[in-house]
Amino acid sequence: MSNASLSLEGISAFHDSNKVLDNLNIDVAAGELVSLLGASGCGKTTTLRVIAGFMQPSQGRVVLGGRELTHLPVHRRDIGLVFQNYALLPHLTVVDNVMFGLKQRGVSSSERRRKAMEMIEIVGLSRFVDRLPAALSGGQKQRVALARALVIDPPLMMFDEPLSNLDAKLRVDMRVQIRRLQTAGERTAVYVTHDQEEAFSISDRVAIMDAGRIVQLDAPEVLYKRPVNAFVARFVGFENIVPIEVVGRDGGDATVRLGKDTRIAMSEKDFGPIPDKALLATRPEGLQLGGEPGRAIPATLGLRTYLGRAYQYHCASDAGTLLAHGDVEKPQAPDQTAHLAINPAQSAILPYETPAASQEDA
Amino acid sequence: MRKSLHPFVLVMGTGVFLFLLAPLVIILGAAFSDTTYLTFPPQGLSLRWFENVLAKQSFIEAFKTSLIVATFGTTFALIVGVPVAYALARYRSGLPSWYGSIFFLPVLVPEIVFGFALLKTVIVALELPVMTALLVGHTILAIPYAVRVVGASLAAFDFSAEEAAKSLGCPPVKSFFVVILPNIASGIVAAFILAFITSLNDVSISLFLTGPGVSTLPIELFTYVEQYFDPSVAAVSVLLMVLTVAVMVIVERSLGLSAVMR
Repeated sequence: MSNASLSLEGISAFHDSNKVLDNLNIDVAAGELVSLLGASGCGKTTTLRVIAGFMQPSQGRVVLGGRELTHLPVHRRDIGLVFQNYALLPHLTVVDNVMFGLKQRGVSSSERRRKAMEMIEIVGLSRFVDRLPAALSGGQKQRVALARALVIDPPLMMFDEPLSNLDAKLRVDMRVQIRRLQTAGERTAVYVTHDQEEAFSISDRVAIMDAGRIVQLDAPEVLYKRPVNAFVARFVGFENIVPIEVVGRDGGDATVRLGKDTRIAMSEKDFGPIPDKALLATRPEGLQLGGEPGRAIPATLGLRTYLGRAYQYHCASDAGTLLAHGDVEKPQAPDQTAHLAINPAQSAILPYETPAASQEDA
Repeated sequence: MRKSLHPFVLVMGTGVFLFLLAPLVIILGAAFSDTTYLTFPPQGLSLRWFENVLAKQSFIEAFKTSLIVATFGTTFALIVGVPVAYALARYRSGLPSWYGSIFFLPVLVPEIVFGFALLKTVIVALELPVMTALLVGHTILAIPYAVRVVGASLAAFDFSAEEAAKSLGCPPVKSFFVVILPNIASGIVAAFILAFITSLNDVSISLFLTGPGVSTLPIELFTYVEQYFDPSVAAVSVLLMVLTVAVMVIVERSLGLSAVMR
């Protein structure tokens, strides 16, 4: 069995008396890679440890391929795990590490050597089979760990921040390799990370977690375009989030007030339905200098930074500091007044939250 | 490239070595003396004191007792100490802070007090035979070494390797033996050597626990010196030195001393 569907049903878990997972529900389809993404302490690693069996949930069920795992000990769960710090057995050579799981399964010694060598070749370490882990680089160690987990052909693979200890270039190479092996084997996988780019680049779906709950679970493309609230919006790069209030409607056009008393017109044709009270979230590249007064946010230009494809300005507006982009050919001097045009494709209308609540999330 | 030593370091180093080795050289010399009293430099060369020692039943018996007590005491201490060290390293955060200190008490309490306490409880109150009492005493004496030295090699161990082994299908008890044990083997050997030598040398605890007919070698030497002043004691000391050196050589050949004493 190389893949199976995974269900977490109403999982709650405690660390001492702190609730670290709060009624968590996730379904991972067979062959799908789902990432758990969030800041440290959001419960993503706890979720992985509950699935692996290192931690008992106080409530809920873990079901893998129709088999309930909730009360099964770790060694009978049959899950391939890749750890952040590699967790290789330091006294065993590369090939012995890779054969370890097969040995536990009673595979004959010639068969386990054959399978291990095959997997070692796939991860490109054939030259290092007889080395001890201490004589390997971080990237090589993680490839041994990957081979060791894959060779037992588990119905579920799990990755716990597998690339955090590697340098930037290697991180990108390794995540491509992980994704390639995962899709080639159509393996069901759960991938824990705090790196948004990493999660988005290799996942079928991403679960954004906060305070032991899943805030949004969607395909990366959906998360990127349509975050459900300010927390997710901030996570995916909507750096400008301001409260708006509709003060007048005229057909499909709404006049909204933002800040103390800035009024602009926004068309529901462009932005979608705008509730009476809402949050307007835009990416820095979604606010462009040189907008049309009345439809753009008036602001005073401040600090300018160079991003290559554009200049980014820190602008003081009635609604607080906003990040906006300006033409790279026409750098603007500070302290000028400008109008920031809102690009609907780079914006989202979110349910209203009090600024205190949305600050707390951040 | 070797850095040349500062003359001061050279002088101090040589001085310390002389200070440490000179008494041993004197004992070595005295053991081969042909006189009936301890003297240095030796007068005449003779092996008669070695013959005397090896013919003396009380020394042989005491040495056997010492070996049995040191071997089993240290082994029992490791059987208790290794799981304790494991629990202390693995579940450090979940345990009360005083818990680890309990296992170091035997080295903190003055040995005389400890020996006397053992006499009162083990021999007087429980009426255990002398041999059993010695084993109990030396086991307790060796526990701090077992816990401390094995603990040091566990402190450097990454327990996620054990979790990985479990996730690969290795049951918990087995994973202790195939993952943890091979990685702390040198620590266990080091603990054994330290505890064994400590037990072999111990006077203060054994003094209270030995009784008629049963004695350890240090106690037997102690009693002997009180009555005689011939070079037999020096001969025994030389034999003990040879034994220690032999153990070290075997360890060095098989494991490498540096690996063990790390």
